[in-house]
Amino acid sequence: MDPAPAPASASSIERRFYRHRLPVRVMHWINVACLAILLMSGLGIFNAHPALYWGRDSTFAQPWVVLWAKRTPNGPVGRTRIGSTEFDTTGVLGLSKADGVLTARAFPAWATIPGPQSLATARHWHFFFAWIFVVNGLCYLLWTIFSRHLVRDLVPTRDELARIGRSFVDHLLFRHAAGEAAKRYNVLQSLTYLVVIFVLLPLVVLAGLAMSPRVDSVLTGWVELLGGRQSARTLHFLAAFGLLAFVLVHVFEVFVAGVWNEMRSMITGWYVLPAGTASRPMAASVAMPDEESGAHAPTAAVPKEVQP
Amino acid sequence: MKRPPIHLMHARDRERRHLLRGAVAAAGAAALAGCDRLSNNESFVETLKQAQHLSRAVQSVVAPRPAMAQEFSPKDIAPVFRSNGTLNPRDADYRALQAANFADYRLAVGGLVEKPGEWSLDELRAMPSRTQITRHDCVEGWSCIGKWTGVPLAHILGRVRPLAGARFVLFRCFDSMGDPSPSAPDSHYYESIDLEEATHVQTILAYELNDRPLPVSNGAPLRCRVERQLGYKQAKYVRAIELVPAFGQIRGGKGGYWEDEGYEWYGGI
Repeated sequence: MDPAPAPASASSIERRFYRHRLPVRVMHWINVACLAILLMSGLGIFNAHPALYWGRDSTFAQPWVVLWAKRTPNGPVGRTRIGSTEFDTTGVLGLSKADGVLTARAFPAWATIPGPQSLATARHWHFFFAWIFVVNGLCYLLWTIFSRHLVRDLVPTRDELARIGRSFVDHLLFRHAAGEAAKRYNVLQSLTYLVVIFVLLPLVVLAGLAMSPRVDSVLTGWVELLGGRQSARTLHFLAAFGLLAFVLVHVFEVFVAGVWNEMRSMITGWYVLPAGTASRPMAASVAMPDEESGAHAPTAAVPKEVQP
Repeated sequence: MKRPPIHLMHARDRERRHLLRGAVAAAGAAALAGCDRLSNNESFVETLKQAQHLSRAVQSVVAPRPAMAQEFSPKDIAPVFRSNGTLNPRDADYRALQAANFADYRLAVGGLVEKPGEWSLDELRAMPSRTQITRHDCVEGWSCIGKWTGVPLAHILGRVRPLAGARFVLFRCFDSMGDPSPSAPDSHYYESIDLEEATHVQTILAYELNDRPLPVSNGAPLRCRVERQLGYKQAKYVRAIELVPAFGQIRGGKGGYWEDEGYEWYGGI
C-alpha cells in the first residue's frame, strides 16, 4: 500500500480544491448545533410521556413503543417494548443512572437536555432552537436553489444514477473517490442529501408543527393528513431518528474518507483531492484536477465554477 | 493510489483518530455540562422562553382569531377520558360542595367588570350551551378525545361586561396543588387566558363530559375548555373567574400554576 501523501507536500497544494462555499459552511455548523440540541431536548420532552401511538389520540393500552421501569424481586429493571417485542434495556432505556442514582427515566440523562428531567426546560430549549433550525433550513433551501447548488451538485446526473450499483460496492469496500471524481458528491451521497433535505427535514418540521394545537387550527383537520396528532408525534420521532441515523453514517463516512481533510473543507472550504485514479467510473479519464479549471488553485478565492 | 483499507491504516492515522475521538468525547461531555449549567441560569432560560412570543405572533397570523380546533365524530370519543393533575381535591370547601352534589356551588365572576355575577350550576345549565367533540392535548404529549358540553365563556363575559382595562380572564380553582390546609401557602390551581382566546367560539365552561355530569377526576363541577391550547390551560374545578388588567402581581406572577413552575404562559405550542 502506498502511504497517504503528507498534507503539506507540494503535490497536495496543487490538488487543493475549494469545495464548500461560505454560506454552506456557516449553515452546516448552525445545523450541527441545532440538530444536537433539538434531538436531545426532544428526548427530554419524550421522557414526560415515553410512549408512542398511531392515530388521532392516545390508545393508552396499546402504545406501539413504550419505555418504562419495572419492579422485580431482584430490583428495578428498564424495559422497552416495540410492537409486541419486549427488551431488557436496564442502564440505558427505562432505567438509568442520573447523578449516580438509578432512576426511572425513558432516555438516560446523558442523552437529554437538560440532563435532570424537566419538561418545561426541555420545551424552552426545543422551541427556541427549532426557530433557528427552521430559519437556517429555509435560508439553505433558498440559497441552494438560487446558487444552483441544488441542480448542479445535489441532483445526480443520469449517468451517475445508472452507476448506482457501483457506488454501493464502493461504499461497502470503503473505496473513496480520488482526483476529479472527488469534486462531486457521489451518487449515494447526493441521493441521501436529497432525501434528508426534501423528505426527513420537511417531515420532522411538519410533524412537529402538527403537535401544536393552535397550528392544528390553521386549516382545521389538516393533521389528519399525517394520520392524526398521535401519528404526527410518532412521525416526528421517527423522522428525528432518521436524521440521527443520517448523522451517524455521515460522521462515519467523514472518518473513513479522512477526517482532517473533510473537517478542513467544512471549516475553511478547502479540500485536498485524494491523488490517484479513482475507482469511481466518472473519474476514469482524469485523475488529477484539470489545469485549466483553476478550481484547485489555492489563490483563487471563489473560482468561477465552484463545485460542491 | 487508493486509500488503504481501514485495518491497514497507518499507526499515525490511528493515533490521530484516537486523539480526535477523545477530543470529541471530552467536548461532548463539556457541552452537556454547559447545557445543564445554562438550564439552571435564569436569564438564559428567560431568553429561551422568549421564543414563545415569536411562536404566538406567527401562530396568530397563520391561525387567526376565529380559526377552529378540529371537532370529531362520536366514534372517535375515547372509551375513558384520561384525567391528570388533581384527580380529587382535598380542600375542605370543595369536599363540602361535593358532598351536596354541588347544589350549593356558585360560580363567581368579577374583577374588572361592569356587573359582577354569581350563578349556580342549574343557572349555568339554563344558559345557551355548546357541545363539541374535541381532542385534549396534554403538554406531556398524549391526546384524548372527549365530548364536552358547557356554556360559552363569551356568553358569561357578555353578562358581566368587561371594563376597558380588562385584558385577561383569570380562573381561580378549588384544588390546592400542595398542602390544602388554610395555614399553608396558597397553592390553589389557577390559570389565565387572554380575551381573544376567552371569546373564541369553542372556549366553554364545561359541566358535561360525554353526556354525563363532569366527573370529579375531570374537574367537576365546572372546567374550562380552551381547545387551541394545551391541557394545563384548561382549568379544572373552577371556583371563580376574575377579569384582570395583568397577572404580574398575582401569585408567582406568570399567569398560572404551571406557568409559575416554568411552563410557557402561551399554551398553543
